[in-house]
Amino acid sequence: MMQKTSFANESLWVKRAGILITLGFLAVFIVLPLYTIFSEAFRSGVAVYKKAVTSPEVLSSIRLTLTVALVCVPINTIFGTLLAWSIAKYSFRGKKALTTLIELPFAVSPVIAGLMFVLLFGAHGGLGRWLQSMDIKIVFALPGIILATTFVTFPFIARTLIPLMESLGNDDEEAALTLGASGLQTFFKITLSNIKWGLLYGIILTNARAIGEYGAVAVVSGLIRGETTTLPLTIGFLFDEYAFSAAFAAASLLTLLAFVTLILKSAMERRLKASD
Amino acid sequence: MKIIKTKSALPGFGITLGLSLTYLSLLLLIPLAALTLYAARLSWGEMVHILTDRRVLSAFYVSFVSAGMAALIAGMFGLVIAWTLTRYRFIGQRIIDAAIDLPFAIPTAVAGIALAVMFSKNGVLGKVLTPLGWDIALSKAGIVIALIFIGFPFVVRTLQPVIKALDKEVEEAAVSLGANTRQRLLKIIFPAIMPAWLTGMALAFARGIGEYATIIFISSNMPFQTEIVPLLIVKKLLQFDYTGAAALGTMMLVLAFILLFIINALQSWMKKRESST
Repeated sequence: MMQKTSFANESLWVKRAGILITLGFLAVFIVLPLYTIFSEAFRSGVAVYKKAVTSPEVLSSIRLTLTVALVCVPINTIFGTLLAWSIAKYSFRGKKALTTLIELPFAVSPVIAGLMFVLLFGAHGGLGRWLQSMDIKIVFALPGIILATTFVTFPFIARTLIPLMESLGNDDEEAALTLGASGLQTFFKITLSNIKWGLLYGIILTNARAIGEYGAVAVVSGLIRGETTTLPLTIGFLFDEYAFSAAFAAASLLTLLAFVTLILKSAMERRLKASD
Repeated sequence: MKIIKTKSALPGFGITLGLSLTYLSLLLLIPLAALTLYAARLSWGEMVHILTDRRVLSAFYVSFVSAGMAALIAGMFGLVIAWTLTRYRFIGQRIIDAAIDLPFAIPTAVAGIALAVMFSKNGVLGKVLTPLGWDIALSKAGIVIALIFIGFPFVVRTLQPVIKALDKEVEEAAVSLGANTRQRLLKIIFPAIMPAWLTGMALAFARGIGEYATIIFISSNMPFQTEIVPLLIVKKLLQFDYTGAAALGTMMLVLAFILLFIINALQSWMKKRESST
């Protein structure tokens, strides 16, 4: 691989301008926002920061957010893998339409995602009234938040695994089957070990979005403060009432999580490239 | 080339596809149907009445214009960034390359409040810009800034592999045959990267139209001025105007399908370009 361009007329200033613009843009859109988050979080000192991140409101919303992620990530991992397997390993009619449908949660506004569940389960509809008579709460409660989050994070695993599984082909699985392995053995021993980095990559992205989702959760939780506020919603509430230090202290926790996500993500990307 | 098999030798087709489709129906199709059926109760006249309301029209206008402007600006900078990161080597490049994904990894609400404070009167950038008469926070420009943040990684990430795959030998041959920089750009580079560039901008636009949390904190959210469609839907829901919300939601859903279709078409154009070179 040639690392440097050798065009006589691609003068040094083009390169310099490119680097300058890149660094300038990223300074404004990456560095300064991060600086703002941490400087606002610690503006009133470490004691205030500590108090903010251990306040009952923040702690209970962290608990809720983790609960949501703990339910929604495994569900999407299982069904995302199943879906990717059935799309990548077989060919059938309507496969392309199905592949496009998977992308829908990314194309539609998170607010619409929330709206769909409110209309489906809300108390104004037949289903909603029946649920109410059975004393089951979905919208404006935990199940609604989980459903909406599962909806918006659904595509990550399938869209990572489909191209990966397609590029790997079926040869390994077919060899295992010929040698007498059962279908499930083949999946767990062969397929899963072939796709493990891709799967982890998908899980990391699913988790990041599940923890950070705002729009869809805001709508299904009815923006009710209290029991149904996830951490991003709490940050929004604190910010709206000008409790900037507290809002940014809580936001700094999610920013640290974003750093972890980025590090793991690029590590997985390197693994994936290496196994190519 | 992958050989497409009509019959796979692998077992489990029925059960895996069956379970996947059941899951998809429960999670995607039934909620989708709930939204469209709700809106379908409206007569044409009522639907038109809701959608041509002045406040609704101006929300669509604000959403479209800001998402469009943001996609174009993200497109410009995204191209320069993708080019610089793939063609040149410099210190700190790997960290910078990884940092491009921050908008994907950081929760939108966190980015939203950070941008809002950054551009406010007392923020790091607002302090400099406000005396110059540039009131970014609370204005339409704020919405565009938020959407540039959300959108530029899409442009960079779609362009990078295409720029990497550009055949430098063709460019060198053109240069040795006397082509100048402008010719090289117009005849060789732009035609090759155009599909990917448009795809990246379309992805940024689609994301921008639906974005909510990054915008609401930096925008003043004023009806007729800085109110975006997703916010108007939330406001309608908070006032228990479910029909209005459903009508707007259905419009947005149709829009999402159209954008998905366009992006798909652009992506297959991109793949064709890749395989023809």
